[in-house]
Amino acid sequence: MSNAAVSALNGATVQGFARVEETGLHGMITLRGDLASAKVKKAVKEATGQDVPALRTINTGDSGAVAWMSPDELLVMVDYDQVDDTLATIESTLAGEHFLAVNVSDARAMFRVSGSGAGVREALAKLCPVDMAPGEFEPGMFRRTRMAQIPAAIWMPDAECVHIVCFRSVAEYTFNLLRDAVAEGGEVGLFS
Amino acid sequence: MSTRLATGGRLLNKSRTMGFSFNGKQLKGVEGDTLASALLANDQMLVGRSFKYHRPRGIVASGGEEPNALVGLGEDNKFEPNQRVTTTELFDGLTCTSQNHWPSLEFDVGVINSKLFARFLPAGFYYKMFIHPRPLWKHVYEPFIRQSAGLGKAPRDRDQDTYEHFYAFYDVVVIGGGVAGLQAAKAAGLAGAKVLLMEQDPHWGGRAPVDGGTIDGQDPQAFVDATLSELESMSNVTLRNRMMGAGVYDHGYVLGYERVNDHRPTAKGPRHRLWRIRAGQIITATGAIERPLSFAGNDIPGVMLASAVRDYVVNYGVSIGDRTVVVTNNDDAYLTAITLKEAGLEVPVILDARASGGGALADRAREMGIRVETGKGIASVKGNKRVEGVAICAQAGEGAVLEEIKCDAVAMSGGWSPVVHLWSHCGGKLVWDEAEAMFRPDPEKAPTGDTGEGFVIAAGAANGQFALGDALTDAQKAGEAAAKATGHKGKAGKAPAGEAPAYAAIEPVWMMPQGANIKLRMKAWLDFQNDVKVSDVQLAAREGFESVEHAKRYTTLGMATDQGKLSNINGLAILSDALGQAIPQTGTTTFRPPYTPISLSSIAGNAIGDTFQPIRKTPMHDWHEENGAHWEPVGAWRRPYTFQKPGESVEDAVTREIKQTRDSLGLLDASTLGKIIVKGPDAGKFLDMLYTNMMSTLKPGRCRYGLMCGENGFLQDDGVVARIDEDTFLCHTTTGGADSIHAHMEEWLQTEWWDWKVYTANVTEQYAQIGVVGPNSRKTLEKLTDDDISAEGLTFMGWKDITLDGIPARVYRISFSGELSYEISVPASRGRALWDRLVQAGEEYGVTPYGTEGLHVMRAEKGFIMIGDETDGTVIPQDLMMHWAISKKKEDYLGKRAQEREHMADPNRWKLVGLETTDGTVLPDGAYAVADGTNANGQRNVQGRVTSTYYSPTLDRGIAMGLVHNGPDRMGEVLDFPKVDGTIVKAKIVDQVFFDKDGEKQNV
Repeated sequence: MSNAAVSALNGATVQGFARVEETGLHGMITLRGDLASAKVKKAVKEATGQDVPALRTINTGDSGAVAWMSPDELLVMVDYDQVDDTLATIESTLAGEHFLAVNVSDARAMFRVSGSGAGVREALAKLCPVDMAPGEFEPGMFRRTRMAQIPAAIWMPDAECVHIVCFRSVAEYTFNLLRDAVAEGGEVGLFS
Repeated sequence: MSTRLATGGRLLNKSRTMGFSFNGKQLKGVEGDTLASALLANDQMLVGRSFKYHRPRGIVASGGEEPNALVGLGEDNKFEPNQRVTTTELFDGLTCTSQNHWPSLEFDVGVINSKLFARFLPAGFYYKMFIHPRPLWKHVYEPFIRQSAGLGKAPRDRDQDTYEHFYAFYDVVVIGGGVAGLQAAKAAGLAGAKVLLMEQDPHWGGRAPVDGGTIDGQDPQAFVDATLSELESMSNVTLRNRMMGAGVYDHGYVLGYERVNDHRPTAKGPRHRLWRIRAGQIITATGAIERPLSFAGNDIPGVMLASAVRDYVVNYGVSIGDRTVVVTNNDDAYLTAITLKEAGLEVPVILDARASGGGALADRAREMGIRVETGKGIASVKGNKRVEGVAICAQAGEGAVLEEIKCDAVAMSGGWSPVVHLWSHCGGKLVWDEAEAMFRPDPEKAPTGDTGEGFVIAAGAANGQFALGDALTDAQKAGEAAAKATGHKGKAGKAPAGEAPAYAAIEPVWMMPQGANIKLRMKAWLDFQNDVKVSDVQLAAREGFESVEHAKRYTTLGMATDQGKLSNINGLAILSDALGQAIPQTGTTTFRPPYTPISLSSIAGNAIGDTFQPIRKTPMHDWHEENGAHWEPVGAWRRPYTFQKPGESVEDAVTREIKQTRDSLGLLDASTLGKIIVKGPDAGKFLDMLYTNMMSTLKPGRCRYGLMCGENGFLQDDGVVARIDEDTFLCHTTTGGADSIHAHMEEWLQTEWWDWKVYTANVTEQYAQIGVVGPNSRKTLEKLTDDDISAEGLTFMGWKDITLDGIPARVYRISFSGELSYEISVPASRGRALWDRLVQAGEEYGVTPYGTEGLHVMRAEKGFIMIGDETDGTVIPQDLMMHWAISKKKEDYLGKRAQEREHMADPNRWKLVGLETTDGTVLPDGAYAVADGTNANGQRNVQGRVTSTYYSPTLDRGIAMGLVHNGPDRMGEVLDFPKVDGTIVKAKIVDQVFFDKDGEKQNV
């Protein structure tokens, strides 16, 4: 009997006019604090190698990513088994400051929708009240939004792919939504 | 008879035949037909029966305004009632059935209503007839009305199709793809705006290709083709046909109803797609609808709108009859006469109600040899299931017949009404245009957005600009204005020159003849679907229904599925006349979305099947599913109520779980409990305000149970708070309270105590939480850890970080059951692994997972309260005798001041006690204890009520808690609880703690 960590859907996939996959476990840290402070900037840099992102954007790199969640909240993303180290880095950098850094890796599920850029955008536009048109939503942007009946956050790592983060408990619902959104014959033909 | 002509039919591909069936009859149409044109091509004039009198009904229009020709479309899991044949594209294999008749369309017994009882079914009949005597309503009237109510039949099978939503964003949304819409989209697009142009039909160009004239010297179709290809080449313009603008809402929100696959029902993909669009500006280029004329017999199949007669000839090569009488009050209908004549059909006469007659088109008709009679109208139409002739009279008179003319069709035109629906949905106002006898949008009073500026612009015929040239100029202006309003300043080009024959002035005709006697008025239909006649509206006015909204509801005018697209203006003109006031004084009824009915499924979108609603699942959900979980919804979660063994009843399962937990070992999935981190230098101060008791004095490593009240003092949540370190607390909430309590915390932090240094984070889903409960719980855990969790190593109400079988875990020694109990919190992704491990490790102790019911019963046995049972939003902690959890030392906490109010401090408030039935049975949930006497309403006085009641397997008897007047002072008293069946259950007031009052079981 293994007691290893398992993501909500254990990597489920489905193929329609775009491909949907649950991407397993990811390290995620909610960091709340004064985003303008030098110490928070330093902590984010040390944790991810990235600058504090501007409003509704995400900064990504090889050693991690950081997304803007609210005027006093960031989402720090690193490898799943690196979270404890990253948390420790943040804690020590911000020692003495008023902040909150907490591991939320297990509270989340993450999905990836990939295929043609147009297809990926259309699939998301069926579920989220976000302008998914090219030029309006582009790699580097980050949006906390609603996906049908649940909260979700989305961003595009590149022009052919969207990543989605939602709560773990609704992973199955999210997967089913995406399964239907990419069903063959449902191409809208708007972004192609 | 109606038939397919040898020539004509610009929308048809006659080389492709399509078979379809109507009421089981196999018929043939061709590609490009609507169901309406295909039925007419097969001489199927009679298509349904009216709602009230079951009068024979034929197709009267050619578009979405059609009131009569509604059919049940498809079969079984593709069946849908009330589908308009005029907007249904024919496809091979289509099946449909007519509605609202019995036993058959041709012979309907309901028609006797019309023959015998028409005079007994006037306006307001139902209100007058069925109000007295009252008892008859339930047993006689209602069953009768239910049987005859409703057009069409509800589908019996689950819809097999799929539906979806789509979110889109544009600077300018143009609704309507006629020449005005095309021009407006082009202008806005050229100026640089991002434009969506939608058209409800499969074809672009609207009426212009049928009605003729020239655009820049060319045939309108040439303009349509050229403009379409130009728009298609513009990357900032999106064209969607088969998409109707269904509604306009606040802030430029538009619903677009796209019928993706209605015309190819076997294709993959969604049937309908509902576009939820944000637009900067909306242009309604929705055209106009022709009005019928109100003469006796205007509802007989074969009487049709003049424009529809023309459409069927030109678009579909279908003639309604060989001899068509045209009756009109304006020049437009002359086009129909000319079209018919050109198609080789006969027009015995054009009856022009205007004494002065028409303009250029009238001259043209006369030149073609058509007889034109001015100042004349129709006294009555001859025929029953179809037109056989008309009786002619003077429009100015009372209906004396001057002449009878044989014919098999009547083309009528009472003028045109701009389609102002979308303009009006969000508050756009109308003005009455006396000269054109129509309501048109008042450009000064457009619907306004957040800046106070208008966000809807009407264009073309929808704006009352009927002449081709005017419509194009108006559309250009609209496109430019919309682009400008959305910040686009590019060159918008120029409107092309449209030319068409000039029309002589219309003359309003609301009744034909104008002095029609009552016999004629009772046969002059306003609302064809709901059977409202001129006489009904006049009666309503006489009976005092002066407001148009009242008259509408009293007569049902415009309340049918077509929402009065043909009847409204005529009806309110009749009403105005009866009230002796001008039409604008009467006003219109309210235009509400959707423009024409849209499928309910398109509104539901993906909220069906396994995506009907998000169901939250804990990491152990699958185990529960595999092990007989009897589910209970708790918020959006599913929690096991109990785990049933094969053949076991729910009650037996609960009893087994409780006994085994109390005797040895139980497991509970408590993952759904809310968990909120509260951190910061002011966290203690903050929690002292949120909870009634003191939290700031809690030591790291310790837990404390707390109560949370709202500002009004009422108890809203409870749970165990653990202090993690000096700055950090973890607050457990109820399952249902996790999100709301987090929001409650943030609200106070963001609005009131914004300067306190506190951050919160909802980490509910980060952890799988497992309750390990029972005398053998410690022994089981000790098998999996080397850490010290002995009685001394981890005392009651303490917590500790340990490693359990290699998994990092936080263990809280807390108990909601009264047993020795641990709640283990591990990362959610390892929850299932730990659960499996505990099931394995507990095997020797007969480990028994238990559900929410076991949890509830065990807490009740211990006298613990449950939010939602003992509380209902009106209960304060003092009612529950929880003074021990209310700090006296604190200066303030949320709810403190409210709890000091007179009513809250009243000693007469009902208080919590235990209740024990004298015969050991279980008290009914929610039962009331009665007192002597009756109240002002003659109801029995009460003195208490049951809040929780269960069968206790531990005590083998019913136990309950309840709120009772002066309860705690009345220990031992017996109260009467009447049951619904009239018998009484007697229960004694006792201490609420039924089991192990001294807590010996948990303190080991």
